[in-house]
Amino acid sequence: MGEVTTLQGAIAALVTDGVTVALEGFTHLIPTAAGHEIIRQRRRDLTLVRMTPDIVYDQMIGAGCARKLVFSWAGNPGVGSLHRFRDAVQRGWPVPLEIEEHSHAGMANRFAAGAAGLPFAVLRGYTGTDLARHTDTIKPITCPFTGEVLTAVPALNPDVGIIHAQRADRAGNVQMWGITGVQKEVVLASRRSLVTVEEIVPELTPVAGGVTLPTWTTTYVAPAPGGTYPSYALGYTDRDNRFYQEWDAISRDRDTFNSWLDGNVYA
Amino acid sequence: MNYTSAEMMTVAAARALRPGIRCFVGIGRPSAAANLARRTSAPDLVLIYESGTIGAKPGRLPLSIGDGILAETADSVVSVPEIFNYWLQPGRIDVGFLGAAQIDRFGNINTTVIGDYRDPKVRLPGAGGAPEIAASCREVIVVVQQSLRTFVERLDFITSVGYGDGPGARERLGLTGRGPVQVITDLGVLEPDPTTCELTLVRRHPGVDVADIRAATGWALRVADDLDTTEPPTATELAVLRELEAASREEA
Repeated sequence: MGEVTTLQGAIAALVTDGVTVALEGFTHLIPTAAGHEIIRQRRRDLTLVRMTPDIVYDQMIGAGCARKLVFSWAGNPGVGSLHRFRDAVQRGWPVPLEIEEHSHAGMANRFAAGAAGLPFAVLRGYTGTDLARHTDTIKPITCPFTGEVLTAVPALNPDVGIIHAQRADRAGNVQMWGITGVQKEVVLASRRSLVTVEEIVPELTPVAGGVTLPTWTTTYVAPAPGGTYPSYALGYTDRDNRFYQEWDAISRDRDTFNSWLDGNVYA
Repeated sequence: MNYTSAEMMTVAAARALRPGIRCFVGIGRPSAAANLARRTSAPDLVLIYESGTIGAKPGRLPLSIGDGILAETADSVVSVPEIFNYWLQPGRIDVGFLGAAQIDRFGNINTTVIGDYRDPKVRLPGAGGAPEIAASCREVIVVVQQSLRTFVERLDFITSVGYGDGPGARERLGLTGRGPVQVITDLGVLEPDPTTCELTLVRRHPGVDVADIRAATGWALRVADDLDTTEPPTATELAVLRELEAASREEA
């Protein structure tokens, strides 16, 4: 049941050292506040999963939370590369980072298979690329009906799935809208989950294009108003495009990054 | 009228989009080109972003593929598994726009890593949607600045397949789309040779020497016998492009 609790309590209950955790959001509704709480609780050896690791994963990697990253595009959207991610992959700072690399189509299908309770997903993808040579979770599979050779990728079932939504009611039913990415699949695929929300309301009213996650599909719901910053929650907050640009300079240098963490996450 | 080589590249990319087609767009130059086309030569262009927004009609350049303006102006907003499985994979999208950190003579693209994969010199963001865009869009247009660093004899990593190792490779690999039909750069336009699939210079932008284009290419570049020169940007194209870019700078 989506028990309404605090962000701190939910992270302490769900995210222990060494677990596999997916914080999803596709440039919209990114659960930044939850990522910062994981940094504050100084979790270690996590396997982080996300299609589009961006600033909050750069911060978690730079803070030393992660042992491994499963992903398909690791960048600062619209700006360029992620310097903490790059430092971890190229120079093992602050700790070495193992990578398991896919394409978006592959990752989306892995989450969908996880949500569907299937061991793997089938797609047309990766053929002729070097991803298929370097990532052992990409395998050819022959269609039993046509004989056509396609690609199989294993289901993703993270220990913990974390997303951000616009709102929930007191019973923990969650509602989100706008660009909702792969978040429904992540919650359904994960063994336990947390949804942070802009607000808890007495009653959920229908919204065009909205996605509802009934309370019995999640583990915890926690209010975290503004918790997607510098991303946004459609109808609540605006994206801070300037911060994405500023992150490039903050994250380039290890010391600058560490003082940013001290002043903005640990403080 | 004065214009930059980057503006020429964006204008050439916009002109490559025929009216009414469905176009898979990434952020940056492809998005600027697609939005310029929608305001000039192809007003009924259907813009599809991998965030799941189909038929987006942004009033300014979106600042990310998840910019709220895309969802608010779209015909339909679908999930990420759906955009790849139902829309891209079956070949419902006419043109995919791709960029590249490295590209070879057969239009294969690297956006993953410079140097060795396990011990990289420069780790780049990676694949994103590109491998399946390159495989499944009916056609691909690559927009990239031309230099020796980018136009290489041999890729460090194949992220997205163009014509593989040459004629017949796409068929052997089961890739359903046609592959890259144009590579538009700041110096000119390359197209695959119909027989050899090798990228061949078919147009140079005004004021650019073929010798300069050869010097910015890491292989012995073939040049078409009937080499053409690109029409310079019109006053309207430049005005609309600059207005779009100014509006997005203000927003940022």
